[in-house]
Amino acid sequence: MSEPLLRATHLVKEFPIMGTGGLLRRPATFRAVDDVSFEIRAGETLALVGESGSGKSTTARLAARLLDVTSGTVELDGEDVTALKRSELNRFRSEVQVVFQDPYSSLNPRHTVERIVTAPLVYQQRTIPGGPRAFTRSLMERVGLDPDHSQKYPAQFSGGQAQRIGIARALAVGPRVVVCDEAVSALDVSVQAQVINLLRDLQREEGLTYLFIAHDLAVVRQIATRVAVMTQGRIVEEGDRDSVFGAPRHEYTRTLLDAVPRIRPEWERQRRANAGRS
Amino acid sequence: MTSSPTDLTAARAVGSGTGDTAEAPAASAAGALPAGAGGTWQALRHDVGAMLGLGYIVLVTLVAIFAPVLTSISGWTPYEFDQTAIDPDLGGMPIGPWGGMGAEHWFGVEPGSGRDIFARIVYGARVSMSIALSATLLTTVLGVSLGLLAGYFGGRVDVVISRVMDFLMAFPALIFMIAVLSALPASNRSALLVVVISAFGWPYLARIVRGQTMSLAQREFVEAARAAGASGTRIVFREILPNLRSTIIVMSTLAVPGYIGTEAGLSFLGVGVVPPAPSWGQMIAASVKWYAVDPAYFVVPGVCLFLLVLSFTVLGDRLRAVVDAQEGR
Repeated sequence: MSEPLLRATHLVKEFPIMGTGGLLRRPATFRAVDDVSFEIRAGETLALVGESGSGKSTTARLAARLLDVTSGTVELDGEDVTALKRSELNRFRSEVQVVFQDPYSSLNPRHTVERIVTAPLVYQQRTIPGGPRAFTRSLMERVGLDPDHSQKYPAQFSGGQAQRIGIARALAVGPRVVVCDEAVSALDVSVQAQVINLLRDLQREEGLTYLFIAHDLAVVRQIATRVAVMTQGRIVEEGDRDSVFGAPRHEYTRTLLDAVPRIRPEWERQRRANAGRS
Repeated sequence: MTSSPTDLTAARAVGSGTGDTAEAPAASAAGALPAGAGGTWQALRHDVGAMLGLGYIVLVTLVAIFAPVLTSISGWTPYEFDQTAIDPDLGGMPIGPWGGMGAEHWFGVEPGSGRDIFARIVYGARVSMSIALSATLLTTVLGVSLGLLAGYFGGRVDVVISRVMDFLMAFPALIFMIAVLSALPASNRSALLVVVISAFGWPYLARIVRGQTMSLAQREFVEAARAAGASGTRIVFREILPNLRSTIIVMSTLAVPGYIGTEAGLSFLGVGVVPPAPSWGQMIAASVKWYAVDPAYFVVPGVCLFLLVLSFTVLGDRLRAVVDAQEGR
């Protein structure tokens, strides 16, 4: 077994509760993430699933160092990144990128696509290979967008297209790990499938490693190699996709799987019969 | 039961490489009202009130810029006394109807001194416009930067800036301005006016910028910029500031008439621009003694001031309506 690319050990994140702190008293805290550990090997996809408020998005933000941990460590290639200062973070920022949930909220409405996708390189003070125009065009082609639209604003794109811009931005710095925080949850089902296929193609072509946050088990089944189930800030079950879906061990996992809405079998049979007749 | 209800691989046939072409028409329809300065201008161009206001503002600005040219055409500087235009037997009343208006003095002459009112209006426009516009510029810079800092960094920075704003807004500003301006030496009164007006004006803009920054800072594009490695100041100025553009333009336009009024008011009270330099407020103050016998002396600067304030107010109001309509979609 090879060394894991990204490893989180005993992550804890506590948030102060507003209004409980006094002048001398420390505010009461809410523990959103409670002793979470996981490992992702290169080229794998670890899916974190759980209901709203289970702490999975907070875990993703800790892994991408968008939030500072209360305790615990995040290691990339064996190097602890939780202690890095802002100025030392640039290398980590070019290895680990994030795709966000709401494509419109995550793209600055006043910036053109070209400015959005080149921003990570500009912020990290790296030169843009081949100039901004050509670089944007090649990125847009890679994510299946028309390169001629590089001067448009996010509001001029559909939801699926906007999410592709978000993916293009994440790819701009050439990361090895991409954290997808509910990256397809805001899209409708057919567009979801296209974006997931794009993510899988990119993984196959470039060997990307994903930490994939989702609440939709159907989506997770499509993309995950391994699945971790979170509830109330803890990981209660972790394993290969097929073992978690096929033989769930924890009570909560079974509840989650049972809660998946599905079409009633008798309706489905009738529909197939009708389709056959006409 | 483990089968997934939606077979996503089947949807692959829809085609992932072609880029959601089915949605493209909807996207171009959404882009029909572009969010740019061009769209705002297009909408404003068909608004009669806004265009009349803008026209008057441009006229006053041009008059202020070309004041020496205009007075050389009219033939009188604002400091020249024309003893032939007033009647010494009637206590210095201008000779002729409407306060002495005619080919020689286009807007009449001042009672008592015989100075040309047109020249004084033209030079007064310079004073009023330059003080109001510099005060607006200074308040915008102060208000936007402090509002951005308070809204983005929050915590202690926000507490300090917000308390200062509360203090300044609760302060009896006019009394303080009168006290400061009358206590300080009268050299370079214009610069002092700008500083004093701005010191009390910035919190009104900063409060709005702070609120909008707080809501924008929660948006995911700010987090995305952080994930991309941007520093705090770069996020504030590159990511958040462009989204405040329309607010800043509207608020500044609406602030100008207030500052024009304040300048005129302070000059009226005798603590503004120092005579003999002309200013509209000062002219109105001087005309009070003569309003019964020479109403034209009061009407000319009064109308100029009223129209200028009205123009800025209407323009700012219409600008706000257009911007709101664009952002509300």
